[in-house]
Amino acid sequence: MKQRYQFHGGVHPAANKTQSTQTPIARAALPSHLVIPFRQHAGEAAKPVVQAGEYVLKGQLIGAAVGSISSSIHAPTSGTISAIDSQTVVHPSGLPDLCATLIPDGKDEWIEHHAVDYRNLSQLELRQHLRRCGIVGLGGATFPSDIKLRALKSPPGKNTGILIINGAECEPYITCDDMLMRERADEIVRGTDMLRFALSAGEVLIGIEDNKPEAIAAMRRAVAESGLPFEVVAVPTIYPGGSAKHLIRVLTGLEVPSGKLPTDIGVQCFNVATTYSIHRALDHGEPLISRIVTVTGNVAQPQNFEVLIGTPILELVAQAGNKPDTNRHIIGGPMMGVQIPSDTVTLTKATNCIIASSPALFPPLPPTLPCIRCTRCAEVCPVELQPQDLYWYAKAKDFAKTQAFSLFDCIECGACSYVCPSHIPLVDYYRFAKSEVRARDAEKQAADKARIRHEFRELRIEREKQEKAEKLAAKEKAAMAAKQAAPAPAAPQTDPENTVQMKIQAAIEHAKEQAAAVKPKNTETLTPEQQADIAEIEARRARIRELASSHVEQPKEN
Amino acid sequence: MFEALLAMSAIAIVLGAVLGYSAIKFRVEGNPLADKIDAILPQTQCGQCGFPGCRPYADAIANGTAEINMCPPGGEEGIHKLADLLGVEFKPFGAGVEPKPKAVAFIDENTCIGCTLCIQACPVDAITGAAKQMHTIIAAECTGCELCLAPCPVDCIIMLVSEEKVSNWKWKYPMYALSPAR
Repeated sequence: MKQRYQFHGGVHPAANKTQSTQTPIARAALPSHLVIPFRQHAGEAAKPVVQAGEYVLKGQLIGAAVGSISSSIHAPTSGTISAIDSQTVVHPSGLPDLCATLIPDGKDEWIEHHAVDYRNLSQLELRQHLRRCGIVGLGGATFPSDIKLRALKSPPGKNTGILIINGAECEPYITCDDMLMRERADEIVRGTDMLRFALSAGEVLIGIEDNKPEAIAAMRRAVAESGLPFEVVAVPTIYPGGSAKHLIRVLTGLEVPSGKLPTDIGVQCFNVATTYSIHRALDHGEPLISRIVTVTGNVAQPQNFEVLIGTPILELVAQAGNKPDTNRHIIGGPMMGVQIPSDTVTLTKATNCIIASSPALFPPLPPTLPCIRCTRCAEVCPVELQPQDLYWYAKAKDFAKTQAFSLFDCIECGACSYVCPSHIPLVDYYRFAKSEVRARDAEKQAADKARIRHEFRELRIEREKQEKAEKLAAKEKAAMAAKQAAPAPAAPQTDPENTVQMKIQAAIEHAKEQAAAVKPKNTETLTPEQQADIAEIEARRARIRELASSHVEQPKEN
Repeated sequence: MFEALLAMSAIAIVLGAVLGYSAIKFRVEGNPLADKIDAILPQTQCGQCGFPGCRPYADAIANGTAEINMCPPGGEEGIHKLADLLGVEFKPFGAGVEPKPKAVAFIDENTCIGCTLCIQACPVDAITGAAKQMHTIIAAECTGCELCLAPCPVDCIIMLVSEEKVSNWKWKYPMYALSPAR
């Protein structure tokens, strides 16, 4: 039996998982239309590569990845792209974002795709393939998986890196990973083997919370049948035990340091659904165009569906049977989920669960009361923060202090809000503070850039002025020299006055030459500033000389 | 009496010499306070404060010759920060001075005649183009200072207020009703 470790805090909300595990995963009906956002992953949004009116096949690329952190978007079925425009998307802001609207033709005709022999691919080719297939983390963060697929270094005291497959699924109501493991354990194990190969990981641990005995049994059977040295570990059921950092802690005893990534301690973590889609991408060449979604809460038959990305959420909920008293829909679980901003929004790669909510199911929270500093939030915080202090400073908009209290280590799990006897929406404050800090950092960077650009411009203008002055001075000098050279031979030799003048002139010239020949000794190791100063003085002198000559000589000529 | 005077003056001379020496030896180049003030200013270089750029304004504040409430792009938060730094009272903006929402300039390329006047006016070199060639704002570099608006002979530059998008959206300050005391 593998040794397991504990983390601080955590809560035990009612699981409410059995409702949706009574029936196998159903294939959702082909929807009337699909709206596929181009931003379904962390990082840069994909760039549309199709146009409105174009016919696309199932699995055809419609959005190409741009930039280092990005992923591709594909047509989930065959049909016609009717529009590429801004539409409301699943996002807490409720703001519109660029989407492609696809009208299915019902043929569901695949584009040509084939398996890749991943063992004979280079690391780079493998990563590029996953990027082309649009594989992102399906646990919720939707971080592009290709970026995580770099050879692991070894954790302290071990020879090889550790790969962790996350099947914990700690949030109440959600059962999509549970059902996936029950029904498609063999595929997950194959995907795991691919990940182990790509990461050159030595140890593979599959962590599943012990409230999913069927999934644990299915995975153990699949691992045993494959003969691969993976270990399926039942971990204690506690929220948020499915957070990557916490699962790593429970399984290995290693703690991911603040501000670091699991790879920094030689561990990499993938969700089971991601692992399954990686198997589909490599063994079948299929891009990520569908996922398992739990539809639960206030519906006639809570169950899991395999759904095409872009399916309208309300069309999907209707397949589980609407109930009249449903007043809103929540995307994600009750702890971290967000309410859908509009009835038109569609499913994205990040959508793991839809909860139809009714006043009876989720009664409105009692009114918020002032913080009584009971510190129950600190007792349950799995990251060992001081939520009451963070709340205090976030409320006062003292962002420097929130950062001093490690605001960015907060995983927004909602355990603190869950236990708060005053029903304070604590996580809302942390999210507010985080986005303010990020915006301020961005502003500061922009200001610094503007300062540099402004200073450079000032410098450039000054330099141009100087260069102009120098050029002018040189020109003047040349003109003067020409002037002096030209009248000299023309002057009559016999004029005694002229001879005297010429002698004087010659003496001046001689003196000038001498002065030019003498090289000052202290000008060899000058800094650019000093040289600039000298140049400036020289320019000023030239100008004075020019002024003097024009003022003195002109009246003489007149 | 005389010895005491002598001793005190000797000490004074020695200490004076030490102070004088360290004033030369540990002299700080530039004005560190002005640097700190400059770091708070938003670097739009817009001149709305009456100074030709953020640095001159920072120098003026550091010298005590300018008020701290003359920078509309910095907003009230900027004034608060300056007040905290300088240990003075917060001062609200004067009448008629109000921070505008953040915007970037945009050149209507159909109207632009390529005169380069805006390029010369831009304090951060955020406009590309050449004489009789199309001019374009580099939106990422534009500070929204509006200095290019006045010189344009054909009024082809407009200010576009930055819209809230999914990519730059911020979580709002949580608002909820407090329950009345029973």
